[in-house]
Amino acid sequence: MSHSEALAAEQDRVLASAWGGGKSPFAANWGKLMMWLFLISDALTFVALIAAYGFMRYVSPRWPAQAEIFDMRLIGFMTFTLISSSAVMAMAVGAARTHNPKLAVRFLFLTILGGLIFLGCQAYEWSHFIGEGARLWSNPWGVPQFSACFFVMTGFHGFHVTTGVIFLLVVALRAAAGRYSDEGVEIAGLYWHFIDVVWVFIFALFYLL
Amino acid sequence: MRDSDGNRAAGFIEAGFLALLLVILIAAALWLFFQRVWWFPELASARSLAVDRLFELTLLITGIAFVMVHGALAFFIVRFRDRGTGRALFWHDSHALEISWSVVTLVILTVLVFMGQRVWSDVYFSKAPDNAVLVEVTGEQFMWHARYPGSDGAFGATDPKLITNTNILGLDKRDPAARDDVVVDNTLHLPVNRPARIRLRAKDVIHSFYLPHFRTKQDAVPGMTIEIWIVPSREGQFEIVCAELCGLGHYRMKAMLTVESQEAYDKWLKEQAG
Amino acid sequence: MGALGTHESITADHKLGFFRRYIFSLDHKVIGVQYILTAMVMAIVGGLLSMLIRLQLAWPSHQWPWLGQVIPTGMEGGVMKPEFYLSLVTMHGTIMVFFLLTAVLAGGFGNFIIPLQIGARDMAFPFLNALSYWTFFLSCLAILSAFFVVGGAPLGGWTAYAPLSALPQTGPGQGMGMTMWIVAIGLFVFSSLFGALNYITTILNLRTKGMSMMRLPLTTWSLLITAILGLLAFPVLLGAAILLFFDRSGGTSFFIPGGLTVGEKLVSHAGGHPLLWQHLFWFFGHPEVYIVILPAMGIVSDILSTFSRKPIFSYKTMVLSMSSIGVLSFIVWGHHMFVSGMNPLLGSAFALTTLAIAVPSAIKTFNWLFTLWGARIRFTAAMLFSIGFVSLFVSGGLSGIFLGNSAVDIHLHDTYFVVAHFHLIMAVAPVFAMFAGLYYWFPKMFGRMMNETLGKLHFWGSLIGVYCVFFTMHVIGMAGHIRRTYDPYQYEFLKHLQPANIFITKAAFILGAVQLLFLINFWWSLFKGKKATDNPWRANSLEWTTSTPPPHGNWEGEIPTVCRWPYDYSAPGVKEDFALQSEPLPAAPSGK
Ligand code: HEA
Ligand code: HEA
Ligand code: CUA
Ligand SMILES: [Cu+2]
Repeated sequence: MSHSEALAAEQDRVLASAWGGGKSPFAANWGKLMMWLFLISDALTFVALIAAYGFMRYVSPRWPAQAEIFDMRLIGFMTFTLISSSAVMAMAVGAARTHNPKLAVRFLFLTILGGLIFLGCQAYEWSHFIGEGARLWSNPWGVPQFSACFFVMTGFHGFHVTTGVIFLLVVALRAAAGRYSDEGVEIAGLYWHFIDVVWVFIFALFYLL
Repeated sequence: MRDSDGNRAAGFIEAGFLALLLVILIAAALWLFFQRVWWFPELASARSLAVDRLFELTLLITGIAFVMVHGALAFFIVRFRDRGTGRALFWHDSHALEISWSVVTLVILTVLVFMGQRVWSDVYFSKAPDNAVLVEVTGEQFMWHARYPGSDGAFGATDPKLITNTNILGLDKRDPAARDDVVVDNTLHLPVNRPARIRLRAKDVIHSFYLPHFRTKQDAVPGMTIEIWIVPSREGQFEIVCAELCGLGHYRMKAMLTVESQEAYDKWLKEQAG
Repeated sequence: MGALGTHESITADHKLGFFRRYIFSLDHKVIGVQYILTAMVMAIVGGLLSMLIRLQLAWPSHQWPWLGQVIPTGMEGGVMKPEFYLSLVTMHGTIMVFFLLTAVLAGGFGNFIIPLQIGARDMAFPFLNALSYWTFFLSCLAILSAFFVVGGAPLGGWTAYAPLSALPQTGPGQGMGMTMWIVAIGLFVFSSLFGALNYITTILNLRTKGMSMMRLPLTTWSLLITAILGLLAFPVLLGAAILLFFDRSGGTSFFIPGGLTVGEKLVSHAGGHPLLWQHLFWFFGHPEVYIVILPAMGIVSDILSTFSRKPIFSYKTMVLSMSSIGVLSFIVWGHHMFVSGMNPLLGSAFALTTLAIAVPSAIKTFNWLFTLWGARIRFTAAMLFSIGFVSLFVSGGLSGIFLGNSAVDIHLHDTYFVVAHFHLIMAVAPVFAMFAGLYYWFPKMFGRMMNETLGKLHFWGSLIGVYCVFFTMHVIGMAGHIRRTYDPYQYEFLKHLQPANIFITKAAFILGAVQLLFLINFWWSLFKGKKATDNPWRANSLEWTTSTPPPHGNWEGEIPTVCRWPYDYSAPGVKEDFALQSEPLPAAPSGK
């Protein structure tokens, strides 16, 4: 093959490949891709907090027994709600994929409801915990790190749920106003599943372990 | 326009000047490291000779790399400057070359790191001999306190709640072991040629216990007790430096280590206790 | 959905007012320039701070009455206060690392170059891009304001080690000043994250036809890897900053152990651990230093190739070694903590990984060297600064080999040896690359050439200056000269180093003065420079195919299709000694 033939062959190969430019290699447009990337980076903030929590447990002489402090039924219910809302969200995304805005929006509102119930339970849990004497800097069950980690981790997560609810509301209301997009629902879905996954980690690492 | 004589001359001057600079740089670097006007403080710990040796070996290796790279750079600059004639080589790959320099670097670095870890493990993983003296050094903004266990050989209990201007370490006098503890400020005495275990603590922020003449440095971290051991091998007075930024008085947080004969040391200790 | 189609509308809005066009613009080129100009102001501040630092180190007890008049609080009566010195160091480090280097290399060049080099009309999300700049701008204001709050600027160093940073009562600047520092860093994190999201998405999704990943210029490659590092490292700093904020203002004690007494007063916090901060900080901090060196490496690779009239040596290994540097940079953070009280076994592990990261760095160095082999080197200011970068990277990198070996680091940690190391490799090497990039892309940015003669003078002065300043620091570090010290001559064993310090200070003043040449050149050329042609350097990558300066939307007509890699310099079968990436291939002799 001559030099110019080789170049031409390379050009054909490049133009045919998914990574050859002019198209999106992951078949995802920038909005979705950006959400993925954002979630990766957001996950690392949680990793930092969870690592700090691990460190605190490691250096603390005795860690309070969570099961005696928290009402595990409530936590179980919260977890169940959030996971269910994630499932509902998946259905919303499914509806969006089949271009059924009405159904998608209906599921969206259900998801929002799930999120609100979760937040309600969390508010209840917090006020209960505070009522029993827990503060950011102290608690009646031993090392102050326990409540500090609790407030910071669940607080940061709760903050995410709150933004998630607002996000979903915006998508849903925009749909109601006739500015619905399948894409938007899918992106919101990614965020909501992420919140759910993070909660599973917090649930396992903070409440169970 | 590239071919005009003026341009060729300019290219030569620039290439020549840059190459000359690089050569001067090599020479200056070599001078700086060979003249030894500014060099390590004179060693006072035989055990740390290995650190100096490792440094010198690294200096040799990196020195060779430094001279080679800069020499090559200077040579290429002059040799391959644009003279307005001919074309550059269309050459951009050589697996043989790449593999060889990667392997060479890898081997050199592996050797270095393993030699380094021998020294490191001698510093950190070896146990101090039994005849070692024991002393506790506590850092605070901005001074050092040394505490000797006294005749019973045991440190008494301390409690931060008891800390006052006069009881600077918060010694708990109800503990019998605490009664004979000797506390001195900004001074540390050690007998020569006898191992010394130094237990480091801090009261407020992180300080770093640095003995330049001993090539010894260890952070004193509040909430932790960290033990290191050294063997002073030369009598004299050596400054103790705080090497970790600890606030506005960091620069004056110094103490004096006196290394003396066993007798002088015993005598000093008795005076302090008395 | 056609990702490339989204920005057709941008080309239309030519008739914007001054504000929408130059201030609140969504155009990536304007945003890039905004980053660079803002960073220039910050660099001047940071540079002036370093001059004060040097003044103090050379003549600690001297009185400078005129300075006392300029800075009445920090230098009352013309003598510097220790807390003021430390806040100079802290602010100098913070400003230079974040607000000069990260801002110019990732923010400035990243914005300006990426869409032009990949053949896109703009970033994927121009609004996010503008938001990124404005967040950065706010964080600049926040950090500068630290000088003016009660107690002055923070004095805990750019690393803000806890518990010094967590307890406001440990020093004058640790109250409000430290809070401003945390706010500024938090804002900066957000601004970097917005940028990183945009860069990655843009590079993956918006490349023009034919621009495969292996045809990206190395500048863009390096910016992609940088963005990924930023995406993974900055959130950890954010997490740490949140915890530090709670320790200071929420009563928690993540970084504060029990039983502390500050000035004989018991601290109420208990149960935390100071090393947690160091781990979190350096988990971010080490990737951060590669965040600033990687774009520098990319820029230098492209410039070396252009002015050698030769392809870069071993493009593929360049990409590979940059990627492996990226990966490895996440597992070496402990080399900043060898004597911190961390488990010494971890020290061994980190020594191993640290020296491993030197291998891809070495590979890159040799590739740069061999790019010059057989070249036809043209000594432009950009080229000179790139060669200077290689030299500085090697010198600074080699001193890293000492520090990386934990046993040697015991003596060298927190001395000027470390300061020498990171100034050569982090401060001046990437700054050289930044200058190289500015001389190189200035015509594309502003449509005018910079003055070459002034540029070369700037180079000679800078190269000589930085070596005099920072090479000498190695030996005083070996002699035990600790860093962050207000008055080294408090120690007997450091007294003999004063002549060295005076020499360094004088050299630093000259170095600082030489930078004025650049500033003059920059502003003069902006208005009076020679008009630039579209491709003044006869370079290959796509930014040189459009007009100078490029219009809104980057190309008047269609975006060109790419037919070759960016390094076809002096390629066989091409008449000129360069071939634009968009240049069609020679017709194959036998039709396909
Ligand atoms: C751009 C930034 C940058 C870069 C690229 C590097 C690169 C390296 N750094 Fe540096 N470093 C910093 C910025 C940077 N560093 C900063 C800011 C600090 C201090 C922070 C603070 O405390 O304030 C620091 C501190 C620092 C320390 C901690 C010191 C201490 O506090 O005690 C260590 C220790 O391991 C270290 C090591 C290294 C190594 C091994 C490399 C390697 O990657 C270098 C590799 C390069 C080469 C080796 C040169 C080229 C190779 C050849 C020519 C081949 C031949 C070589 C051989 C055969 C050896 N650095
Ligand atoms: C990018 C990083 C960077 C840069 C460029 C510099 C530049 C300089 N630094 Fe700095 N320095 C740090 C990062 C940097 N430094 C860090 C991280 C620390 C540690 C802080 C700590 O301990 O917490 C430190 C600490 C430090 C110390 C130690 C103080 C101490 O420990 O007590 C000293 C002492 O001499 C010093 C001196 C200097 C000098 C003389 C320069 C000179 O080179 C200055 C001359 C100026 C320049 C070379 C740049 C000017 C550029 C322009 C004017 C153009 C800008 C243009 C555009 C943006 C378009 N620096
Ligand atoms: Cu104590 Cu510095
Ligand atoms: Cu590092």
